[in-house]
Amino acid sequence: MARFLVRIDENACKGCELCRNFCPKKLITVSAHINDKGYSPAEISREEECIGCMSCALMCPDGAISIYEEVSE
Amino acid sequence: MLKPIFEYTKGMLRVETNFCPGCTHGISHRLITETLDEMGKLGEAIGCGPIGCAVMAHKFMNVDMCECAHGRAPAVASGVKRVHPDNLVFTYQGDGDLASIGTAEIIHAAARGECFSTFFVNNAIYGMTGGQMAPTTLPGQRSTTSQTGRDTGKSGFPIRVCELLSTLDGAVYVERVALNSPAGVAKAKKAVRRAFDVQEKKLGFSFVEFVSACPTNWGLSPVAAVDFIKEKMLPYYPPGVFKSPQ
Ligand SMILES: Cc1ncc(C[n+]2csc(CCOP(=O)(O)OP(=O)(O)O)c2C)c(N)n1
Ligand code: SF4
Ligand code: SF4
Repeated sequence: MARFLVRIDENACKGCELCRNFCPKKLITVSAHINDKGYSPAEISREEECIGCMSCALMCPDGAISIYEEVSE
Repeated sequence: MLKPIFEYTKGMLRVETNFCPGCTHGISHRLITETLDEMGKLGEAIGCGPIGCAVMAHKFMNVDMCECAHGRAPAVASGVKRVHPDNLVFTYQGDGDLASIGTAEIIHAAARGECFSTFFVNNAIYGMTGGQMAPTTLPGQRSTTSQTGRDTGKSGFPIRVCELLSTLDGAVYVERVALNSPAGVAKAKKAVRRAFDVQEKKLGFSFVEFVSACPTNWGLSPVAAVDFIKEKMLPYYPPGVFKSPQ
């Protein structure tokens, strides 16, 4: 099974929750703390269940999300 | 080893935008600059920016840009493209900018078949100035200047810009896309690429309308705003290719 890593730059995030809304696996949650901009940033949970569909990153208006695939050399 | 599947494009400068949370201007900015980057054209593209919430686009997009008077970007782009016929030239305009104060400029640029691309952000409202009714505001839609909803008896009907422009022979590629879902965004990216391809082949005027969200002035959460696009905007502004070169 391919394994994906989702990196959310919490200080670029404006807490709009579009990523949370569109993740088909519901892996994105809203953090309890507040970021430098004053928003509650998105967080990835159960990352191992990510299917790498990029829905979150495609919808992020603020370029806060990067996605990587773990590949063996 | 980590293989990048998605990274923010270097077409966007790493600065905080002035856009509200969940504003789809951020998505349309990225689609344009990401496409230019993929085409290897970031260094030679020339953008013509609007007045509106995207007035600072030149601070966010990693391309050379001119800032144009309200609605006049198509006139500026016509001049820029004629002087620089081999550079990719585009305008980026809101619906107040393009379909209200700048109606004459966009129609005549399209009619002349000016060989640049226009990216039109239709969020059915004047965003920057505080949510006044735009030519694209839906019948019954509330805004600060139509507080009980747009009354078509008094304010007339919304303008469907793609349909209008596609009657002009100079407009060779006209498509409407919607930024309300990942699939819609993926489709929008293809439309941006087609517009630039048509321009590169010097076929004529190309136009992409992004049906967009303004959560702040619609008084909706970003998630409710993308639902509003699907439920209220798309029945009036159907996505599709209105015109395409053979
Ligand atoms: C000549 C002129 N008239 C009016 C204005 C005021 N004004 C600034 S932005 C704007 C409308 C912007 O709405 P839109 O084009 O829909 O863009 P949005 O902000 O929604 O992205 C207006 C009327 C202006 N700046 N210049
Ligand atoms: S879509 Fe982007 S800005 Fe919005 S909550 Fe997710 S990471 Fe933050
Ligand atoms: S007012 Fe509307 S269009 Fe302007 S930045 Fe905010 S959400 Fe975007």
